[in-house]
Amino acid sequence: MWDSLQILAAAPIFNVQLWLNGLSVGAVFALVAYGLALVWGVTGVKNLAQGDLVMLGGYLGLEAARHGVHPIVAIVPVAALMFLLGWALYVLMIRRVIQLDLFTSLLATFGLAITLQQALNLAFGPDVRTLKSGFGRLELFDGTIDITWIRVIAFGLCIVVAGAMVLFLRKSRLGQAIRATAQDPRAARVLGVDTDLVYALTFAINAAVCGAAGVIVGMIWVLQPFYGIAYSVRAFVIVTAAGLGNLPAVILAALGLGVAEQYSGFVLGAQFQQATVVGLLLVILVWRQALLRRQRLALQ
Amino acid sequence: MSRRSALLHLALAAAGIAAPFVFPAHTVQFAVFWVFVLFALTWDIMGGHMGYNSLGNILFFGLGMYICALVQIGLVYDIAEYTAANGAVHIDFTDAQYFHGLALGVAAAALGPVLVAAALSWIVFGLRGPYFAIGTLGVAIAAAELTNAWDYVGGGQGIAMPVFPGGPGMRERFFYAACMAAAVACYLFLRWLYGTRFRLAINAIRDDEDKAEALGLHTGRYKMVAWSISAFFLGIAGALFGNMTGFIEPLETAYPTLTFGIFMVAMTLLGGKGMLWGPVVGAAVFYTLRELTWTYLLGWQYIALGVLIIVNVVYFQQGILGWLRARRPQWFA
Amino acid sequence: MRPAHFRMAALAAALSLAAPAASLAAENTIVLGSAISITGKYSQEGKNARDGYDFAVKKINDMGGVKVGGKSYKLEIKYYDDESTPARTAQLLERLINQDGVKFVLGPYGSGPTKAAAPVTEKYKIPMVEAEGASRSLFTQGYRYLFAALSTSEQYLAPVVDLAAELAKKDGKKPGSLKIGMAFENDPFSLDVRDGVVAAAKKYGMKIAVDDKMPRDLSDISATLTKIKALKPDVILFSGHTKGATTAARQMKEMGVSAPIVALTHCESAKLTEQFGAEAEGILCPTQWAETLKYQDRLFGTAMDYNKAMQAAHPEYKQVPYQVAQASAAIEIWADAFTRAKKLDPQVLRDVLAKTDLDTFYGHIKFDKSGKNIGKPMVLRQIQNAKYVVVAPTKYAAEPVVYPRKPPQD
Repeated sequence: MWDSLQILAAAPIFNVQLWLNGLSVGAVFALVAYGLALVWGVTGVKNLAQGDLVMLGGYLGLEAARHGVHPIVAIVPVAALMFLLGWALYVLMIRRVIQLDLFTSLLATFGLAITLQQALNLAFGPDVRTLKSGFGRLELFDGTIDITWIRVIAFGLCIVVAGAMVLFLRKSRLGQAIRATAQDPRAARVLGVDTDLVYALTFAINAAVCGAAGVIVGMIWVLQPFYGIAYSVRAFVIVTAAGLGNLPAVILAALGLGVAEQYSGFVLGAQFQQATVVGLLLVILVWRQALLRRQRLALQ
Repeated sequence: MSRRSALLHLALAAAGIAAPFVFPAHTVQFAVFWVFVLFALTWDIMGGHMGYNSLGNILFFGLGMYICALVQIGLVYDIAEYTAANGAVHIDFTDAQYFHGLALGVAAAALGPVLVAAALSWIVFGLRGPYFAIGTLGVAIAAAELTNAWDYVGGGQGIAMPVFPGGPGMRERFFYAACMAAAVACYLFLRWLYGTRFRLAINAIRDDEDKAEALGLHTGRYKMVAWSISAFFLGIAGALFGNMTGFIEPLETAYPTLTFGIFMVAMTLLGGKGMLWGPVVGAAVFYTLRELTWTYLLGWQYIALGVLIIVNVVYFQQGILGWLRARRPQWFA
Repeated sequence: MRPAHFRMAALAAALSLAAPAASLAAENTIVLGSAISITGKYSQEGKNARDGYDFAVKKINDMGGVKVGGKSYKLEIKYYDDESTPARTAQLLERLINQDGVKFVLGPYGSGPTKAAAPVTEKYKIPMVEAEGASRSLFTQGYRYLFAALSTSEQYLAPVVDLAAELAKKDGKKPGSLKIGMAFENDPFSLDVRDGVVAAAKKYGMKIAVDDKMPRDLSDISATLTKIKALKPDVILFSGHTKGATTAARQMKEMGVSAPIVALTHCESAKLTEQFGAEAEGILCPTQWAETLKYQDRLFGTAMDYNKAMQAAHPEYKQVPYQVAQASAAIEIWADAFTRAKKLDPQVLRDVLAKTDLDTFYGHIKFDKSGKNIGKPMVLRQIQNAKYVVVAPTKYAAEPVVYPRKPPQD
């Protein structure tokens, strides 16, 4: 541990490397967590199959690549396909678990997760796969620091998608309907909002975002039918740490998590990377709880 | 207890005792079934009766497993020396050493998790709803990762458990009896407990915690006790399961957060939560289906299980017993 | 509130669980049982092993099966899915032995599951031939019914350290001046590989500059690689099954991390040459078996013949991983033992297995007292021009090692 800290002290430039890697990792988590937060906030469904939708998106990207489509281009059709699939999933099952207690939806989507895992395994085989972006890397400071272009692109895409979402929710009629439904579904219904459509749309958008994230994951890391769970867990950690209903905080939390993982992996060693992340989550939760208690006491 | 109910209990107990003799080949499968019953029963104390949905109860299972293993080995060998060799040391126990170690180990495995539950309760019980669920999940994952990184207890190498003395057949029956005893004890204890004021108190917490507190209920204490009870029985379950498996390691055997940890919830919801028999029925149905699909639908087993869970929560949200109660209220009078 | 339904349910449960007990073996088949990873983290490796098992079984059956005491038997494998967890392996082994009446067992994938399986087979005195569990701790427990076709895991990367020392000496450098940067998955197999490396490094007085353990579900090792980049070690070593190899190869390239010597385990099953092409050039890969080695047997012919036949049956294996070959070898070991035992008694078979002295396409098979195979060496291959070429030990080398490794160009 001290050795690693010494490196950082002797060559502070490596901090930049850690930040660059961390932010680009965090950007992908942000996409996945953003979708989760949206669905959670609007429909009350906690989607445990989030990571498996990511893997599905990645595999669809692989299929596209097999037909000669560049993965970056493939993001668009994959997202479109996933949108339709998300809609279908909503009609088949999600519709029935909306606004029920926490565990009903958690369990339903757990069922969905394991079904998807094995379905992917049957359809694409269990091989560990990767998608090729073919982009090189960007070297900074005479090559001491570098980052692959695909990570830069992923970061950019994350910002674009998140920005588009915020604009959509703020400006468009549908976006307003979604926000209204999130605040008070009954009132929204009374005011003529088709909440069923809003729910379907939210879930479909989430699936599309996950699909896009999946293609990016394939270009940066690896795909395997049973590796989705890591993304689900991280998305839950991020959304819980950020607090529900706070979309900008989700992005910040995701980026922060990415950087925190890099630092703990660098300083403590990779074996402590995940323990640090969940440890951080607990600290945030407890800290927030303490704040709440103080508020409650103040009110009394 | 009415006569009919007493007879039924006796019949079930007799069936439980007879099972390993009638179907000796299935003894281990039956023993694991009792572990699953323990999972569901202990989850329901908080999840069903108190409205606190924990995703991290598997923590106590893993703790129990590791505490028991360390006690068993530590009584005879130097643990650090044993784990430093990455399990390459062959451990040999006399019969007396084995049973002595196992008894002490199980006792420690029951008490250790209780202490941890009590200590953690002031951290996690301030969290409500989904925050509580994810917070407890976080605790379980952190425990798994730390155990995995901790070389003193073997880390990812795991620990090869001491071998049960006695020939084939003996070991299965022994652990079957132990698992059944633990599950029955848990059932009887909860049966008694749910007849006391305790149940009213934790139900009040489920229905409206703030009001319960305003009425002068020490909600914090009740929550701590409820979680400690889960911890006690799960610790024992972990100790027995670890010894039955023969080789333990952190991520897949001791703290399987996303398999056993979720199964607990699935089984309880399947049977019907907040009812004494709900978790038991849920465990029986879930376990049977799981074993059947794993045998007959190899290659599709997860799809079958996943679809089952989806159908369950989408169409039988009250669980099997809840559904029956709505259909046949006279049975539940 | 206890309706009679529960009793019914319990009865139904008991009956339905009992059903699989019916014997599945026909008159003249020998059933081998295996609980192996069909789902979960090691499902790809599990598939490799099953492909190897099934391929050899089919070949043997096509050639008339095995002759045991004058009667011909077909082979059949009964599989269960252990979900890549040792907890399940132990239960399923009990089920195979007690309920399905399996008397001859094939190993699961991975050292962890094998460690869970061995106590069970030992207890029931059922012999197990395994081909995918390499951790040394399996062979120190005094198991009498465990036989492994493969070489143990400390031999995977330690030879790379030896090679580095040798090459350093040639360059006029002291082996003790070398630095190693390495990361191993936190599982029994990889940690045992690590032990081998640590012992070798100690022998030469080399410094281990980076020594990380990769969690099992981590798909990003960039933090570890940043450390390696900062410390510029002379040797880089990674071991973490297929996922570890894929991740390491990809991220080393992306982060521009390389060293004069880079070695990974599981290159073949990670399909490095196919997935990464030029980026994988110069990587050293320890292997249990290579198709270019001069081994042969009556069933498959030479190692190369086996390779060709396997690729014809499974075109997806552009490079047949050794995991497949050693699984096939396990079947051959069984077939050989059945023939020599002349009867199907597990105790007789144990003794016969212990005396195995067999030439196969996979190498020579001869078990020591603890049940591990001491009849064949591990070899080291290097990816040269998108081909795996044996470079060490010298006795088997087809080409000299390319040293230092040239970092891949963009």
